[in-house]
Amino acid sequence: MFPMTGTAALVLAVVFGFAFGWLLDRGRVTHYDTIINQFRFKDFTVLKVMLTAIIVGGVGVLALVDLGFAKMAVRDANMGGVLLGSALFGVGMVLYGYCPGTGVAAIATGSVHALVGAVGMLVGGMLYGFNYPWLKDTVLAWWNLGRVTLPDITGVPALVFFAALAALAVALFSAVESRRL
Amino acid sequence: MTVSSLSTSTAAHGRIDWSPYLVGAGIGVLSWVVFVVVAAPIGITTAVSQLSGGLAVPLVGAEAVAQNAYWARHPMRLDYGTLFLVGTFLGALASSLAARTWRLETVPAVWAERFGPSPLKRYAVAFVGGVIAMYGARLANGCTSGNGISQGLQLAVVGWVFLAVMFTTGLLTAFILFRQPR
Repeated sequence: MFPMTGTAALVLAVVFGFAFGWLLDRGRVTHYDTIINQFRFKDFTVLKVMLTAIIVGGVGVLALVDLGFAKMAVRDANMGGVLLGSALFGVGMVLYGYCPGTGVAAIATGSVHALVGAVGMLVGGMLYGFNYPWLKDTVLAWWNLGRVTLPDITGVPALVFFAALAALAVALFSAVESRRL
Repeated sequence: MTVSSLSTSTAAHGRIDWSPYLVGAGIGVLSWVVFVVVAAPIGITTAVSQLSGGLAVPLVGAEAVAQNAYWARHPMRLDYGTLFLVGTFLGALASSLAARTWRLETVPAVWAERFGPSPLKRYAVAFVGGVIAMYGARLANGCTSGNGISQGLQLAVVGWVFLAVMFTTGLLTAFILFRQPR
């Protein structure tokens, strides 16, 4: 029965996307001020949402994979592209004030500047497409580690990583909550 | 000061009071569901780059786009990722309408405090930021959702390198943009 494909999956795409967009807005990460103030350490909403999602999602997916209900979907660690791309992404995200998902969601809540930035995203995607034939033979051909995970390269079990992440999250967020950030 | 003015304005417009931890847990549970039911982790930018291919058609012609090494693999179509994007838009729209927080925003408060009330200035920087963010997301093969959350929760190297590097350059950018003038 699972995974679903065809028309059923396309209908579910809208349903799951709807849930995601709803959650982003309820988390207030559809607001420029929330996102930018994370990068100024004045508001920790973004980290609270992301770290909780990673820990809850990660432990659950790990269990579902172990039980045979799901498959891992790890992407290549193509380091040339990832290092350069992430470095650009951080700059772009702070200039825009949104990441692509929260940008799309913010347009729906009435943010005009999110819409302007989304047009920029379409242009950025276009530039990437035009540059891709060149990038593919240079940056993207430099250093590909393949579909590796942190447990793969360290030998440390996944649950240990999640326990450490959870401890880090509790320590960070209790400090943050006591300062009302 | 910001806090009190914010709460006054949100009271007038309706309010949103879900805990960010609850929202994060919700996104985590949504990840369980999508991994099992559709085997398609949450992601945004692949669909956006497919739309970029569609936008490129009037500029360089359908044939050039079809033969492009990137868009040949990611043609514009109404696939799972594109419909997820549509759903994300609709979900945020419904949430903001239900909470009565929907309102046109041209210049956000934190920006206005530092750079003044000019919408054009905000639009110009948002546009440039969008270009850079999207180009970077494609190079890194994913954004905050696809790489940060979906790869991060699988403890994939690509996800954690992405998170570490983008937070670092983001912090530097925010420091330069918002540092207090002496």
